[in-house]
Amino acid sequence: MTNLALTDEILMSIDKPARYIGQEVNMVKKDLNTVDVRFAMCFPDVYEIAMSHLGIQILYDMFNNMEGVYCERVYSPWTDLDEIMRKDNIPLFTLETQSPVKDMDFLGITIQYEMCYTNILQILDLSNIALLASDRAEDDPIVIGGGPCTYNPEPIADFFDIFYMGEGETQYQALIDLYRKNKANNCSRNDFLLAAAKLPGMYVPKFYDVDYNEDGTIKSFMPNTEGVPTTVTKELVMDLSDTVYPEKPLVPYIKATQDRVVLEIQRGCIRGCRFCQAGMIYRPVRERSIEFLKDKAIKMLKNTGHEEISLSSLSSSDYSKLPELMDFLIEELKGKGVNISLPSLRVDAFSLDVMSKVQDIKKSSLTFAPEAGSQRMRNVINKGLTVEDILNGCSLAFNGGWNKVKLYFMLGLPTETEEDMKAIAELSELVAEKYYEIPKSERNGKVMVTASSSFFIPKPFTPLQWAPMCSKDEFQRRAYVVNDRMKEMLNRKSLKYNYHDPDVSIIEGLLARGDRKISKVIMKVYEKGGIYDAWGEYFNYDRWLEALDEANIDLDFYTTRQRNLDEIFPWDFINTGVTKEFLKREWNNAMNEQVSPNCKMKCQGCGATMFKGGICFEDKN
Amino acid sequence: MKIRIKFTKTGPIRYIGHLDVMRYFQKLNRRADIDVKYSAGFSPHQIMSFAAPLGVGLESYGEYVDIEVNTTISSKDAIEALNAASVEGITVTGYVKLNDSAPNAMSCVVAADYKVKIKDNYKPAASNIKEAFEEFLRQSSIVVEKATKKSVMEVDLRPLIFDAYMDDNGDFFMKLSTGSAQNLKPELVMDAFYKYLGEEMNEFALNITRLEVYGQNITKDDSGNIINTEIIPLEKFGEIIE
Repeated sequence: MTNLALTDEILMSIDKPARYIGQEVNMVKKDLNTVDVRFAMCFPDVYEIAMSHLGIQILYDMFNNMEGVYCERVYSPWTDLDEIMRKDNIPLFTLETQSPVKDMDFLGITIQYEMCYTNILQILDLSNIALLASDRAEDDPIVIGGGPCTYNPEPIADFFDIFYMGEGETQYQALIDLYRKNKANNCSRNDFLLAAAKLPGMYVPKFYDVDYNEDGTIKSFMPNTEGVPTTVTKELVMDLSDTVYPEKPLVPYIKATQDRVVLEIQRGCIRGCRFCQAGMIYRPVRERSIEFLKDKAIKMLKNTGHEEISLSSLSSSDYSKLPELMDFLIEELKGKGVNISLPSLRVDAFSLDVMSKVQDIKKSSLTFAPEAGSQRMRNVINKGLTVEDILNGCSLAFNGGWNKVKLYFMLGLPTETEEDMKAIAELSELVAEKYYEIPKSERNGKVMVTASSSFFIPKPFTPLQWAPMCSKDEFQRRAYVVNDRMKEMLNRKSLKYNYHDPDVSIIEGLLARGDRKISKVIMKVYEKGGIYDAWGEYFNYDRWLEALDEANIDLDFYTTRQRNLDEIFPWDFINTGVTKEFLKREWNNAMNEQVSPNCKMKCQGCGATMFKGGICFEDKN
Repeated sequence: MKIRIKFTKTGPIRYIGHLDVMRYFQKLNRRADIDVKYSAGFSPHQIMSFAAPLGVGLESYGEYVDIEVNTTISSKDAIEALNAASVEGITVTGYVKLNDSAPNAMSCVVAADYKVKIKDNYKPAASNIKEAFEEFLRQSSIVVEKATKKSVMEVDLRPLIFDAYMDDNGDFFMKLSTGSAQNLKPELVMDAFYKYLGEEMNEFALNITRLEVYGQNITKDDSGNIINTEIIPLEKFGEIIE
């Protein structure tokens, strides 16, 4: 039986001890005598969030299918245990064998959102691994980062030995083979990192130097060691129907945020919304074959016993075989008590028909993401959704019995005027009015329209990466404009308006487009006790302001400043396939309120054809 | 058709809460291809009833859940299928068919057996513990204060202790009143015993294992008169399926 790293006394005095015991269904057990490379896979947030992440499940399965490799998991201890571990000097441990993380060969950290950066330091610190890569000893684990935030790794570059750029399925075997070879030849940590830096997709920050101009912008970003490439090209899987995918995902005991089978139907998105980073960095769109998906769906449901399956992608309606897949699942799961959930569906006759079959209309709400209230603003961000699309979708839905609608918007978009802000309230009103066009006798009670706005944060590798962000006060003011307008609407009693906390958005903006100097700020925030910044109750804006002040960093330089089109960005050394020329073209189209067709309609020449596959080459054989 | 499943909860799994054990069984039944009956409606769920929820941190060799199935395989095959799909620590040891009229696990529970181990660092300072425990039990009443949600009230534990002794290894065994009517937890008995010794019990002093849960079986004659009542393990209410 497994010995737990924590005593009974500790486990009985903390919230949800099941977060720390491992032993879940489908957990991989290995005889350590047959293992020569130990990999700790980390998601730097609490267990329930971490266990909901598909990427970790894919990599966990992939690593554990490699001969001689044992992949274990480690997540952020919640604040109650964090305190006890510091007080009692308990080293952070893996869930599988409850071994100290420091005993591992690799610590891989997936970085999904900027606000988890302080938790990365928590993980390193509790593991007794030096926070700065430059301070690490020969036998410390190699700390490797991956995930969407690595598309600007610079603010956290000092904390990592390697960043793996792109999709994890392709290069890890080569990296591990290299590690073994290095060990067999008795070579140093530095020798390994140098060799790794020459593998495709690997960015080793220590082999690059940054020079700055007097105004604080980047002058040059160059390798400082011979043989290290000047640009790092992201890795990606070109045939998503012939690759690893877990058939036995882990099943947690406590309810995870995603307590269901997740079936990833495709990667990438054809839409080209100009604010969306995922829509750019995962290009080109690649679908998984229907046969692959059917096979995995059945096996995963059987092996987990989950009562729900969710289709996952950036825009499920764009999957070419969606009707066939839905028919198959509905037929196959009939009478088995398994629900089907379909996030990111466009609302149209087909999706409403499917939803009425798989969901309880009375309880479910319809979700639209117009992202902006006015057509002008939607043209700027290239969101190809018109008022007619939204109102027609609502009309169909209302006649089908739905009476709850959620609308998602962004505030603070470039060129946004007072009219654009007010249009958020006005569009919400039009939706409510559409409902009351139905004769009273046929209505299903009152309608509830919930409009939510987040604040626009410019992200690297998007056409809006040059845009200035609003200040905190300006964000607040714009939210008030929307709110006031909401109150003037005829159906105001059917409208509800929520907006995000501008403080968090500002810091997220700082981290999203930050450079290497920002690592000092993150370090200071952590030293002041900052962890779990992604959690409202632990985020402390003043702590960030203090840290910025002490590090002598100007917040506005990173957030509200208008960037020049020829500025060198911290992330420019990464090649995502999408060229800077294309992004500039799209930035100009945005400023001219010009809409660009999507990938299926007409190729925009973004550069993703360099990967020689996916949608770029469909119907062109 | 009603089925009663008996299972263990031992090792690290003891830190899983009761609601999570329920969720675990819903998924386990699916993995093991048990032909469970679902409720009607848009979010169908399995019809399930657990006997006496076990606290977090306690181990058990006598947990029970009642389920409803459309059809079933033999007890032996079902136990095999469930264990093949289960984890270390949760082992199914029984699968029996109940009469349709049988009361569900939750409502017929009257008693449970516990084994209580005191961890080395927390043993009472007093000597002759075994004799002291016997004396403690010889009292006609053991009144303790029990905090409820609203107030503190006095409860006499003695009538709720059906049987108890300490063995030669220093482990305590006790059969205690359990269920919705009168529920006595073993830690309350031990706490009262420490107080009897004039000592304070640490909240982490005990390792508690539930060994069995019992229900009251009432036999009636043809005209409805009760002719016999007995306390039997919940498992014995059902029949093994061949």
